[in-house]
Amino acid sequence: MYIIVVGGGKVGFQLAKELVEANHEVLIIEQDAQKCAEITDELGDIVMEGDGCEATVLEKAGTQRADMLLAVTGDDEDNLVSCQVAKERFNVARTVARINNPKNEEIFRKLQVDITVSATSAIMAHIEQELPTHHLIPLMKLKGSGLEIVEVRIPDDSRVVGQPIKNILLPYQSMISLVVGEDGQPKVPSGETILHAGDEVVAVTMHESEESLREALMSPPPPRSF
Amino acid sequence: MRKVVIMGCGRVGAALAMDLSRSGDQVLILDIDPAAFRFLPDDFNGTKVVGNGIDLDVLRKLGIEGMDVFVSATRGDNRNVMAAQIAKHIFGVPIVASRVFDPLREEMYRNMGLRTINPTRVQAKRLKRIIDAKSDEEANEMVAEFMRQEEI
Repeated sequence: MYIIVVGGGKVGFQLAKELVEANHEVLIIEQDAQKCAEITDELGDIVMEGDGCEATVLEKAGTQRADMLLAVTGDDEDNLVSCQVAKERFNVARTVARINNPKNEEIFRKLQVDITVSATSAIMAHIEQELPTHHLIPLMKLKGSGLEIVEVRIPDDSRVVGQPIKNILLPYQSMISLVVGEDGQPKVPSGETILHAGDEVVAVTMHESEESLREALMSPPPPRSF
Repeated sequence: MRKVVIMGCGRVGAALAMDLSRSGDQVLILDIDPAAFRFLPDDFNGTKVVGNGIDLDVLRKLGIEGMDVFVSATRGDNRNVMAAQIAKHIFGVPIVASRVFDPLREEMYRNMGLRTINPTRVQAKRLKRIIDAKSDEEANEMVAEFMRQEEI
């Protein structure tokens, strides 16, 4: 394939290197003469100095016969325009844009950039996978007693959904002190108060009991045994 | 009275802001550099906002959804056309106009449905006409005529 890479920074350079190794025909378009010289030293004569958003530059680069254009500069507006010029004027079949501000993904998709890649979104997705989705938020420590106040949102699949508080086995020295329903109304619970999915629960607990409390309020019901 | 957002408070953006504001439009002018507002005279009675016009959150915050007109006139062609497309395609602003210095890019985005204007070709032509004038007086008369055409 003939692939044009707009932007010869770290991302563009590494991409081009990989693509050359995979036997693709590659051209990097880069505005900075110094960077162009460095790339030429490393990868050979595969660089063109110029603005990859300009139709005249893209024409000289032979964009009309390119199978793909990858716009990977550090500026989203440049990447967008480069892809749009490639599509509109040169009918490039596939345009790929690097997105620096994840909020721009929606815009690029609406404006017919074929593929968008956002490092921020990719890293965020990994982080979210690693983090427990249901967690308990410590709000404050009570001085001296070793107790702390924590907040928990009751998940949809929790074992306590639909249960009155008196049925819940709480860890030692733990107490549910406030329940805020989805309507936003706070109530001081009694043993008869029924918990619902989505309720915000403020509880007092020992620091060491945090995990047991989380388990008691947030984990799904145990599998039934017959 | 229209509600107008102008992105870019350079000489052009500021002059347009004054013009529209004097003729009764409600103008909000946006620039990433607070020092840029020096181009506005003291009696400008529109709103000045420091912020980036290609940031969705900034645009939402200034109420882009209820605006009638969006103009992008920064120094960056790419920023101008990106902002214009956001205003038009994401927020549905009815009238969107941009200045684009690169003639080829200007033509392309005009064909894609944006209202764009390219100052470079017009100015190059006018500069050629005044150097071709037979005397300074004739050249100055030509410039006066350009101004009359634009009601300046």
